[in-house]
This record gives sequence, structure tokens and C-alpha cells, in this order.
Amino acid sequence: MSATSLAAAPNGAAARVRGRALARFADAAHRRLLALTALSVFALVALIVIEITRGALPAIQAFGWRFLAVTDWDPVAEHFGALPYLYGTAVSSALALLFALPLGVGASVYLAELAPRRVGETLSFVIELLASIPSIVYGVWGMFVLAPFLRVAIEPWLIARLGFLPLFRGYPFGIGMLNAGIVLAIMILPTIVSISRAVLLAMPRALREAALALGATRAEAIGVTLDAARPGILGAVILALGRALGETMAVTMVIGNTNRVSASLLAPGATMASVIANEFTEATSRLHLAALIEIALVLFAFTVVVNAAARLLVLWSTGGRRDIAGAA
Amino acid sequence: MTSPAPPDEGAARPSGTGARGTPPGPPRVRRPAPLRIRGPSAARRINNRAVIALCHVAAALVVLPLLLIVWHLIEKGLGGLSLAFFTHLPKPVGEPGGGVANAIVGTLVLAGLAALIAVPVGVGAGLYLAEYGDGRLGALVRYTADVLSGVPSIVVGVAAYGLVVVPMGRFSALAGGVALGLLMLPTIVRSTEEVVRLVPRSYREAALGLGAPRWRMIHSVVLPAASGGVVTACLLGLARAAGETAPLLFTALGSRFWTLALDRPIASLPVYIYDYARAPYDDWNRQAWAAALVLLLLVTILSALVRLATRRMVRV
Repeated sequence: MSATSLAAAPNGAAARVRGRALARFADAAHRRLLALTALSVFALVALIVIEITRGALPAIQAFGWRFLAVTDWDPVAEHFGALPYLYGTAVSSALALLFALPLGVGASVYLAELAPRRVGETLSFVIELLASIPSIVYGVWGMFVLAPFLRVAIEPWLIARLGFLPLFRGYPFGIGMLNAGIVLAIMILPTIVSISRAVLLAMPRALREAALALGATRAEAIGVTLDAARPGILGAVILALGRALGETMAVTMVIGNTNRVSASLLAPGATMASVIANEFTEATSRLHLAALIEIALVLFAFTVVVNAAARLLVLWSTGGRRDIAGAA
Repeated sequence: MTSPAPPDEGAARPSGTGARGTPPGPPRVRRPAPLRIRGPSAARRINNRAVIALCHVAAALVVLPLLLIVWHLIEKGLGGLSLAFFTHLPKPVGEPGGGVANAIVGTLVLAGLAALIAVPVGVGAGLYLAEYGDGRLGALVRYTADVLSGVPSIVVGVAAYGLVVVPMGRFSALAGGVALGLLMLPTIVRSTEEVVRLVPRSYREAALGLGAPRWRMIHSVVLPAASGGVVTACLLGLARAAGETAPLLFTALGSRFWTLALDRPIASLPVYIYDYARAPYDDWNRQAWAAALVLLLLVTILSALVRLATRRMVRV
């Protein structure tokens, strides 16, 4: 800069310096503001945790760890134990995984490896779309379509043929654990399929080509790819499990809602989520409400652990591709 | 397949100990015995066929129940749809007819409230993550957003009950909006981050090169460039929240009347479906099917549009 221009416009230079300082200040303020909004996401989650813990406190103080080990749920006598609901959640989710795991993995192999590209993309689009069906719709279907079908066609057959097993003893109600397991399986299949497909597509082609070049059949080559994709697929399954654990409406409508623990899959039961949905507005005593909120707290803890594990697995096996883990 | 005899293996190996020092002659390639190529054994061929067939069956079995659900909804719900269904209030028990007008409006009100809460926070947090989010705060916020997206909706409902319903002393549309907003939030945060990260570097460099301060760059260049994707992200969250039932059961509660007051219970389609499906009247069950069809159309059309738009725009 020449001396004359400096001399000619000293005010301009000063203004420029002032402007730059202002811009720096505005930048810093803007960054702080954005950081504050980002922090509020964390604050909201913390608020949820604190609120639920606070609400559950009376029940925690009254029952301690026994809460998780007692099957007695009696609002009149104010004895509360969550074991029937833990059991119901575990059994219905396990059933759902039992149905959904082989189907989901098979379908994702078809979509990623076997189907023509156009067919694969169209089908995955449809499946993703179906994932957005609200759970209440699954509930209505399970209640009015699946339950009569099970009652008339499937359950009498199971009782007649396999009734010697305690799993299939009882009466064909239509609603119950089996129905809940099937509906849950249908609901979590899109999650399993779309993530597993993404994981399979992210595997290096060289794996399959090497296997084929060594003389493997197509199925064997798929086996090699599946082997490499195992952590990611496991992640997808665990993520689906997290969804099944917390699923409320569909399960509430088809599980029958009794707090009895029964070995039979045909018997009605209840899950942690369904008991909250059923009794929350009707809870009259402070302790009853607190017990329900404690169930919510336990459910929250479960799903956080399950989801964290799943996301780590998916991230790890896709080399940190957040879009896949995040899309879930 | 051709025989896999590698010619360079013979060339690389010295032909004999006495040959040291002499220039390497033409490699003596031992001609391999003609290979009899056998395909995979019968057992492996059968296994191959079986595995591939099973994959096809699995794919069919995945799509089938989903299509069945849609089919039953259309079959049982279509008959219940009429103009009156969309414009009337629910009738008392015993009177035929009645509609879901208040529930549709209630769902829109709740969704609007949820968006009002979740969009500013979500887009701001997403912007932060994309622009400044490489530090510890970014990792923390990303992690909590992931945690929040895994929290069951009923648990969020319980939290909203404690945070809004208890202090206010009654069930209200506001509480329902808060619950749905919390459910939308993680989707908006993470999708906004993804979309903003997709804005090319050159845009940012051009803006900074022209002397724009960083905040100007973000607001005048990056955000407009990503605006389509950000809107998509918000709609995706909205589609998810609009179909939720569980958190509304004890926040917005439901109502059989016209209400727009935010501090009163308000009707919504999902809760309407829940109540009518469990009622012991055939007529109500029919209306539940029809309402379920309406809800499905609402949610599916929204997310189909969103997904088609995203595919075209950013190829996620």
C-alpha cells in the first residue's frame, strides 16, 4: 500500500480494522450461538433422564432391586414387581428376532447380490417406505387380520401337533405372545434388510471375485461376503432389537395384556412398553405411577445400551460410514 | 475357465546351479498336463441352488406381509371413506356415521407444534455439527442425538408427562407437541448435518475468498445451497412424528370435540385409531380401518415424496 493512499484515507483504514474486529466478534458470537443450540440437544436428553429418574424415585426407594425380580403387580395392595413385563419384553423380542433374522439376512443377500440392479433398488425403496408405516397401523392389522387367522388356522394346529411342548399349550386366543412376536418381526424387518443391504454393498467386490476365481459357487462366494459383513449385520439386528424392545402400540394391541408369566407362546402377556401404555392414565396412586415410570427408566437404559452397541458395530464394519449408521 | 499355469514362475526360478553367470536363456516352460476341469461337486451345486432359492423365498416373505397390510388397509378402509368422514366430528356411541375432522386437524396442530419446537433447535444443532462439529462438543451432541433416536417413543411420552403435564396440571396439546418434537429432533439434527456437509468446498472457499466472514458464508451461501435438503430432513422427522401414538396417550390425551386451544387435550388420528380399534362396536372398528388408511396415506405420501426428492438431489 502506498504512503499517499494511507495518508489520503486514514479513516478508511481505521474503519477497515474496526470492520474486521467486528466481523471476528460476529463470527465468535455466531459460533457460540450455534454451539448453544447444539448443547441444548444434549440438555434435552439430560432433562429426559433426570425427569424420569425423579419420577421413578418413590418406587426405587420402596422396592429397590427387588422391583426387577418380583412377579407381583398389584395396584390395590401397592406391591409392584416388573418381572412379568421384563419377561414379556424379552420373549416377544426374542420371537421377533427368531422370525426376522433369517428372513432379513436372506432378503438383504437377495437385494444386494442376486437381484438385478433395478429390481434391487426398487424393492429396497418399497421396503424403506414400508418402514415408515406407523406402528398403530400394524396394531390394527395384527388385531383384526392376524389374530383371527392365528386363532382359526395356526394355533389349533400347533396345539394338536406340538401341544406336548409347554411352549404350545393352552387355548387358541389369537392374541398373545406369538401374535406379538410375528407383528414385531414384520415391523423390524425393514430395519434389518435396509441396513444389512447397505453393509453388504459396502463390502469390497474383491472378496466375492476372489472367491469366485478360486472356484467357489455363488452361494459360497456369498458366504465369504456375509462372513466379512457379519459385524455390520449383527449391528443391524441389534438396532432392530432396540426397536422391538421399545415398540409400544402394535404390541399393546395384540399381546393381550395380562401380567401372568406363562411358558406358552399362545398365552397372553404384557411387555414393559405395553403396561405403561395401558395403565399410565389410569394410575391413581403415587406409587403406581412411580412404578410405571421406573419401568420406563429400565426400558430407557436397555435401549441406550442396545443402540450404542449396534451403532458401534455398524460404524466399525462399514469403515465409519456415518450415513449408514445414521440412516438407521 | 482356462488353465491357471503361471508362466513367470518358471522364468523366475534359476534353471540350475550350473547356470549361474550365463545369461538367462529363454525360459523353459514345462507344459502342464491338460487340466480336466471339473465343476463343483453335485453336493455343492445343490447347496448353491438351495441357498439362492432360499434367498429368493426370504425376499418374497419379507415383502409379502408388508404388501398384505397395505392391501387389507385399502380393502377394509376404502369403504369407510367419504366426504363426511373428513368433515364431521365423531358421533356418540350408537349413532352411525361421524368423521375424523377434529382428529386430522389435531394431528396437524400437534405436528406443527412439534416442528416449531424441533426445527430451530435441530437445524441449528445440525449446522453446528457440520461446520464446527469436529471437537468434543460435536462428538457429545452427535452421540446424544443417536441416543435420543433410539429412545422408545413411550419413554419420551413419560418424560413429556413429567415435564409439561404435571407442572401445567392437565393434559394438553402443548405436551403432545413437546413429546413429538423430542421424537423429531434427532432425525432433523443428523440429516441436516449430512446435507450441509454435502455442500461443495468450493462454495465455501468462494464466499470466504470474496471476504465474507464465516457466519455470512454459512447463512448466505451454505444454508441456501443446502436448503432443499434441510427441508427434506424436517419433513422426514415430521413424517415420523405424525404417526406416533404412544407418547400422545398421556400428553395430548385425545378429544371428541373441536379444540384448538393449546392448553387443552386435543384429538389426533393415531389416538383416534387406537380408541376406535379397541371399541367393541363393528361400526367403530370400520372407522378405525378408514382412519388408519388416511394416516397411512398421509405418512407414506409425505415420506415417499421426501425420499424421491432426496434421491434425486444428493443420492444418499
